[in-house]
Amino acid sequence: MDVNEPTGGLEQSPEFVQDLEGRYRLDAIFEFATWAATAIAIGVLAWLLISVLIDGLGTLDWQFITSFPSRKAERAGILPALQGTILLMVVVATFSFPLGVGAAIYLEEFATDNWFTRVVEILIGNLAGVPSIIYGLLGLTVFLRLFSDITQGPTILSGGLTLTLLILPVVIVATRESLRAVPDSTRLAGFALGANRWQVVWSHVLPAAMPGVMTGMILALSRAIGDTATLLVTGAAAFIPFSPDGFLSRYTALPIQIYNWASRPQAEFHNLAASGIIVLMAVLLIMNTTAVVLRNKFQQRS
Amino acid sequence: MISNSVSEDIATDIALKAENVSVFYGSTLAVKDVFLDIPRNQIVAFIGPSGCGKSTILRCFNRMNDLIPGARVEGRITFHGRDIHDKSIDPVELRRRVGQVFQRPNPFPKSIYENIAFGARINGYQGSMDELVENSLRGAALWDEVKDKLKESGLSLSGGQQQRLCIARAIAIQPEVILMDEPCSALDPISTLKVEELMQQLKESYTIVIVTHNMQQASRVSDMTAFFNAEATESGGKIGYLVEYDKTVNIFQNPAQKSTQEYVTGRFG
Ligand SMILES: Nc1ncnc2c1ncn2[C@@H]1O[C@H](COP(=O)(O)OP(=O)(O)O)[C@@H](O)[C@H]1O
Ligand SMILES: [Mg+2]
Repeated sequence: MDVNEPTGGLEQSPEFVQDLEGRYRLDAIFEFATWAATAIAIGVLAWLLISVLIDGLGTLDWQFITSFPSRKAERAGILPALQGTILLMVVVATFSFPLGVGAAIYLEEFATDNWFTRVVEILIGNLAGVPSIIYGLLGLTVFLRLFSDITQGPTILSGGLTLTLLILPVVIVATRESLRAVPDSTRLAGFALGANRWQVVWSHVLPAAMPGVMTGMILALSRAIGDTATLLVTGAAAFIPFSPDGFLSRYTALPIQIYNWASRPQAEFHNLAASGIIVLMAVLLIMNTTAVVLRNKFQQRS
Repeated sequence: MISNSVSEDIATDIALKAENVSVFYGSTLAVKDVFLDIPRNQIVAFIGPSGCGKSTILRCFNRMNDLIPGARVEGRITFHGRDIHDKSIDPVELRRRVGQVFQRPNPFPKSIYENIAFGARINGYQGSMDELVENSLRGAALWDEVKDKLKESGLSLSGGQQQRLCIARAIAIQPEVILMDEPCSALDPISTLKVEELMQQLKESYTIVIVTHNMQQASRVSDMTAFFNAEATESGGKIGYLVEYDKTVNIFQNPAQKSTQEYVTGRFG
């Protein structure tokens, strides 16, 4: 197309060279590029999912979920690992929610902006990227040795507390982001009515930030639930032929059990590992759904 | 605490008094040497070009500047004769007595009812909450429009209704003074008119200080008008100051200062 022609059917000043066709082409190219990126991401995920389902569905039945591990593949089950993971998540959620949200509230709402809080902010950001094995070693020192009187050694409590350390930075960062997204006008409105900072935060800022906090919390829990290295270092056992009887019980967890089966030479155990992955994903899905339901509840209330 | 001095106030009939007030943001002087008396049950308008410190001075009266890191207020501000920076005066109590309505309507993202109940509850209101909510909404000329949807979010209202909800929220805690910082600048002309009418009613019970960019609004609603301006400094900044403060008729028809005359007649940059 001749660019000096009036484009788009309208009279055009000669100072504007309207290459409409070129702009639309660029638009189409860009749309295709983003579409391709999405397709590749989904494709890889689907492939992963399908191969896990093909390998694992055959051995996934009620008996698998309700049985203890065994040296014989056809009798082995995942019950203690599933129970261990659920109890671990209870510990992690119980500690990381108040600690993480509390720290974020302090840093974002109470602390004045000075070099100290800025250093803390950078440190927390970096901590979120530290490999989980390092947290495992920290947990080994702190919870298994230093506080062994309380945690009773390699128990669900010490594993859960170590996982709490692991995800605390993520919870703090996510909570701070959602607190920051609450407009200042909301805070000012509260202060102008004679509220003090705590009343403003508790009644208005935190409820407004809650959907974001829940999202961050669930992302963090998803990281914790799949983490293997931390638990290996803090002494989750590979073979637990009994149900944990509390938070001070020895335990195993889903990723540990999956890792254990996957590293055996026999192919039957590989199928069990795939079944275990399906169970793990189901737990994740239930957790995410709960979070979405909770989040919608918060959004409706506000 | 503050109420001890009510008798003193009746004698003077001055609600708020600024004496030689200067405000700094960090090391920058923003407004200097302001002397100003706000009489009871009157509407005082602050006018002047942008950035001359109208909002800054307004925020001094309920100590909202305390919340801005680095902001510093010098000089003396008295509320019923009591220095509001005195240690015996708690900013939380002061803000119950001197309420504020902001430029953009900022209802809480909660129900209409809860928007009004919150301030009352935190300030220890003991009476019937339903009554208070109704009376406050009536006082803000909003009751008839919202009485059937008190449980709905304050954000579901139109901009003008939201601003009246903010006014209702402010009067619910029974303040004596209401500070309004350009309360109509985000509203359409009809909503603006409603808020202006409302201000005339509120004047019976409250003292009102309003910042406005709208010259007609100042002349329509206010009894007293303060004209602020800013002077350039050598370093390229500007410092706000109070040019003239008088009865609104005088400011608009017979100002003492030439710059006031130029500003109110629109012959000003
Ligand atoms: N929070 C703040 N921090 C730093 N400077 C400010 C702040 N608020 C206002 N200022 C400065 O103070 C001066 C007066 O501002 P303001 O009171 O908002 O003026 P007005 O309301 O008359 O437009 C301006 O130069 C502005 O840049
Ligand atoms: Mg202003």
